This record gives sequence, structure tokens and C-alpha cells, in this order.
Amino acid sequence: MTDANPIFDSGTRLSGSGLACRRGGRRVFEGLNFEVQAGDFLSLTGKNGSGKSTLLRLIAGFLPKKSGTISYSCSGNASDFLVSDDFMLVGHQNGLKPGFTLRENASFYYRLMTGSTPAAKRLQIAADIFALDSLLDEPVQYFSSGQRHRSALMRLPLVARQIWLMDEPTVGLDADNRAALAALIQHHMACGGIVIAATHDPMGVAGNVLDMDQFQPNTGNSDDMDEGWL
Amino acid sequence: MHRFANPAQFNRLADAVMPWAMIATVLLFGAGLYYALIGSPPDYQQGESVRVMYVHVPAAWMGMFIYVVIAVASFVALVWRHPLALLAGKAAAPIGATFTALALITGMLWGKPMWGTYWVWDGRLTSVLVQFFLYLGYMALWKAMDDEEKAGNAASILALVGVVNIPIIKFSVDWWSTLHQPASVMRLDGPTIDGTMLVPLFLMAAAYQVYFIVVFIWRMKLEVNNRKLSVMRGSGMEN
Amino acid sequence: MSHPSHAQPSISSVFTALVRRDVTLAWGQGGASLLALGFFLIAVSLFPFGVGPEPQILARIAPGIIWVVALLASVVSLDRLYQADYEDGSLDDLVLSPMGLVGIAGAKVLAHWLSTTLPLAVAAPALAVLLNFPDEGYWVLVGSLLIGTPALSLIGSIGASLTVAVRRGGVLMFLLILPLYVPTLIFGVGAVDAAVMMGDPLPHLALLAATTLIALVVSLAASAAALKLALE
Repeated sequence: MTDANPIFDSGTRLSGSGLACRRGGRRVFEGLNFEVQAGDFLSLTGKNGSGKSTLLRLIAGFLPKKSGTISYSCSGNASDFLVSDDFMLVGHQNGLKPGFTLRENASFYYRLMTGSTPAAKRLQIAADIFALDSLLDEPVQYFSSGQRHRSALMRLPLVARQIWLMDEPTVGLDADNRAALAALIQHHMACGGIVIAATHDPMGVAGNVLDMDQFQPNTGNSDDMDEGWL
Repeated sequence: MHRFANPAQFNRLADAVMPWAMIATVLLFGAGLYYALIGSPPDYQQGESVRVMYVHVPAAWMGMFIYVVIAVASFVALVWRHPLALLAGKAAAPIGATFTALALITGMLWGKPMWGTYWVWDGRLTSVLVQFFLYLGYMALWKAMDDEEKAGNAASILALVGVVNIPIIKFSVDWWSTLHQPASVMRLDGPTIDGTMLVPLFLMAAAYQVYFIVVFIWRMKLEVNNRKLSVMRGSGMEN
Repeated sequence: MSHPSHAQPSISSVFTALVRRDVTLAWGQGGASLLALGFFLIAVSLFPFGVGPEPQILARIAPGIIWVVALLASVVSLDRLYQADYEDGSLDDLVLSPMGLVGIAGAKVLAHWLSTTLPLAVAAPALAVLLNFPDEGYWVLVGSLLIGTPALSLIGSIGASLTVAVRRGGVLMFLLILPLYVPTLIFGVGAVDAAVMMGDPLPHLALLAATTLIALVVSLAASAAALKLALE
């Protein structure tokens, strides 16, 4: 795991400028700029409702932006749209099927993302990181919520994707597993990966911080009524 | 297109059109009802009950026309992400559903003296009934979600699916009813429509049309104001 | 981790993986397939209690009963088609997979048809016996169900994707899609009726197939659009 050969494109850059987003008639943030490149860690901080999850889903391409641009480039070519194949999103929901064992869940995820069947060894290594090896063949329905959360984190080492978008990844993790996650993130960065994490707690990883509170729209702006009332 | 993106612009236009539409509604309904009830002769075959037609047929036309309005609004809303178009569909739907219901009810009342029964599964009645169900679905979907924009987008997709399906449904139902019905059923299309009947028919159709414009503008203004209110209250969804 | 980061994944094996997962889930514990089959059996056997046991009457309405109940059985199993994935977050994973939303909808519909609706078509002859169904209609009954039931899954997918974010959206989904089922029902029953009454079922079957093809195009496009909007 300490092997730091860069396996991802070291020329990858992802940036957003002047981003604004609305949800359900409410302006979530505006004038937001960020930039990350291969090997970067960016943590999103800010109070509840400041749009951390919204920004992650915007970057992943789930949400339309109201204005601004997101640009994505790798060595040699640039594009202003995002390739979903490069993202991995770990959110509040864990995407696990309760009737399946962890091995079945993880294998399906691997097949879904890569089209091939994972080697047993690969599953074993990924499960080991979050101390899930003894649970691999247990049905997920008997897991505690902490175990489910770790099962979701297990995808990170399982499938190689350059950009990790993480929403509160440390919630419900004990000290050992937090350390394991921090080590995993550091390894990913050393391999040229990019991590953007929305978090309330320090993650134990050095990187840039984007304070979402500074992009809060000022309320009571009257031109809001006529132009962008939806 | 984007000149009307602005609700203030819309309000100005609506206020300009409104008085004329109201006057036209009163005049056309007056003339239409006079010709429909008094000024036209009874049918030689159907007698006085032919007068139901002047209420019934334009209502069925309006039911179809308003569905097309909703479909066009839905298309605009989905393609150009135009919020006003989203609300236009929402505002038009209950009016269209009401016209469709009116067509069904008057059709049944007309059917009793004509066919001896309130309902026959004839092609026309059946496809109007299916269209009424499509209206109900559209309105129910709008009501089903708290997030207005999501609800409107879903309803718009449904409206477009419906508009693709209406010709297929119409074809299948017509085909089905000719398989199952003896050909003796009274039908409207035929050489029986006389010039004296066309005058009240078109007057009533025009009256319905301007009536639709009046109610539609009212409902649009209501929706726009509701929307503004909810934005002012800041009742946005938490992310 | 010596894996190259971009081995081009094969879309067809991603598609197959999703179909296989959904079929396994549908037949697994708490899955929808057995429930739909049970619903089909019980609902059909209720009809003789409702309309009386006279063999002639039952034989006359058997095609309609079987088609209508198959349609309802297919719908009751559809309301969770996307909702389960939406609620547990795996719909996000599906969207981030190399397969587009149209592919996702196609795989989910195919899995639903294979696991839930196809067994209904296979079970239909057994129920036809209970209804004194005339012998000459069996092949057309099964054939019409095979041709027409994909349309049930496809059209159902539109309703399921539109109501994916609606809690308790099942009844609403009924309301949305039942009107759209009218052509399929008419041509499906028409084919069986024609076969039983010594007519020619082929035109009916051709129209039924056309309905299914149109449903394929409309449904995949509409479902993909609805899912995209629901995930916003």
C-alpha cells in the first residue's frame, strides 16, 4: 500500500469558476471557484445547508448548474464536460443490497464499474483495509450502520477511479478506521488521485480547505424576484 | 422566447390581454348560447336533444386542444428549462380536465335519448375517457412531490409520453370499437351536419376558447404569485 | 494496485451484470417475482366466484381475464423497479457506471421482464385450463403474452421512473400508466379472441408487436429523462 507509483494521469486538472446553484427555489451558493489537480486533497467546510453535498453532486454531474463553468482536463486534451468514468461518489447512502453478502455487493459494484469480475485477492485486500475481511461472506442485512458505512468505503480501494467525491466520510468511524481512511486517501493522492471531501471533522490529511460559507448568496436581493424566481 | 421568461413581462402582457378576453367571452357565450338553444332549428332525426351537441362537441375539442397546449409547454419546459412554461402546464391542466369531464358528462346525457343508454364503449367516448385519465395522472403527479420543480419536470415528461400515445390509443380504441360494435351506432361525422348547426357550433367553440384564455391567465398569475411567495419564505429544500 | 486506471470497460458486460443482479434480487428473499406470480394465480381464480362457474361464460371471457390480471400482476411488481435503488443510493452508482441512463433503464426493464412478467406468460396456460379456455387458443395466448408483455414492463418503467422520488408512489404509478396500457390490452386480447373464434390472429399480433416496439423507444427515452431529473 505504500507503493507510490503514480497510476493516474498526473496532468489531470478539475476546476470550477463562478459556479452558482439553486435547489427548490433556494439559492444554495454563488460565485464559487475551486481548483484541484492530480495529487490534491480539498476539504469542503461550512455550516449545514451551505451546499457541500450540492457541490459534490454538481461536480459529479448529477445537478445542473445555474451559472459558471466546470472544466476538466487531462494531459494533452481539455474538455468542459465531465467524464463520469473518472468519478467515485461516497455519500450518505451506501448502495448496499441487504439480501446480498458483502462479497456479492462488492463484486457487483466492481462489475458495474469495470465490466469484469474482481479477483478474490483484490476483494480481500480492499476488505482488509477497513477490517471487514471476516464479514465478506455475511449478508449485509445483519451489519451495523458502522459496518455498512465501512462497506461503502471499501469501494474506494476496490475500483480505480481518479476523483473521489466524499460526503462526510468519517461519520461513525472509530479511531482505527479513521486512520485507515486517512492512510488510504494519502496513498490515493500519492498515486495521482484527487479527493474532494465534505467534512465537519479534520480528516488527518493535509490539503486545501474551501470554506463554503463565503459563497452564501446575500438574502433579500430584490432582483432575485424577477429574474431567477425559480 | 426569453422575452416571456420574466414574470413581470408576463404580468404586463396578461393585464393587457385580460379585459379584451373577458369582453369576448361574454359576447361569444351570449351569441353562442342564443344560437345553440333558440336560434337554430331542431334536428330532423334527433329533435331538440341535438342542442346538447353545441355544448358537447366544443368541450371535447377543448379537451384535446388544451392537452396539446400542455404538451407544448412541457416540451419548452424540459428543453429550455423554462420555469414559466412549467407553470403554464400546471395552470392549464385543471381547465382541460374540466372540459374533458364536461364532454364526457354531456356525451352521456346525449347518449341516453340517442342510444337508450348513458354509456356505450364507442371509440369516441372511450378515447375521451382515456384522455381524462391522462389529465388526472398529470395533475396527480404535480401534487405528489414537495419540490415543485421536480414535480413539474416529471409531469412534463408524462405529458409528452401521453401526447405520443394519444394517437396510438385513439387508433386502437377505434379499431376495437368497430370490432365489437354494430355499425348502426349514431356518429357525428357524416353528412348530417347542416350549415345551420355549424354557426352555433363554432360560436360555442370560440366562446370556450376565450374562456380558456381568461381562466388560464388567472391561474398563471396565481401560480406565479404562489411561486414568488414560496421563494420569499425561503422554503427551499435543504440539501 | 498495478491496475491501469483506464482499461476500457465493456458496456455489454456491465449491462449483463445489472440484469443478473436484478433477476437475482427479484427471485431472492422478499423479491417481487413470486409475489406477482401468486397474485396472478389468486386473482384469476377469483373470477369464477365473481361471474359464476358456467363454463361457456368463463371460456368467453378467459382471454380478457388472463390479460387484465397479467397486466395488473406486472404493475404491482413494478413500483419498486427504480425506487429501491434510489433509496439505498445504488442508483447513483449506476449513473456513475460507464453505461448511460438509457442502458440502465434497458437493463432494469429486461430484468423485470425476465424475472416477473415472463413467468406470468409461462403460467398462463395452466390458468387457462381453470377457465375452460378453448384448446385452439393456447398457442396464440402464450404468443400474445410473449409479444405484448415486454410493453407492460416498458410502459411500467415510465411510471416507476416518474414516481421514483414519491414516497408511497405505487397507487400514483397505477394512475399514470394504466391508460397507456390500453392499446397493448386491446391488441393482446384481440389476438386471442380471434384465434378462439376461428379468425386470423396475425394482424392483431402484428399490431401488438408494433405497440411493443413503440413502447421500447418511448419508454427508454422517457425513463432515462425521468431518472436524470429525479437524481437532481
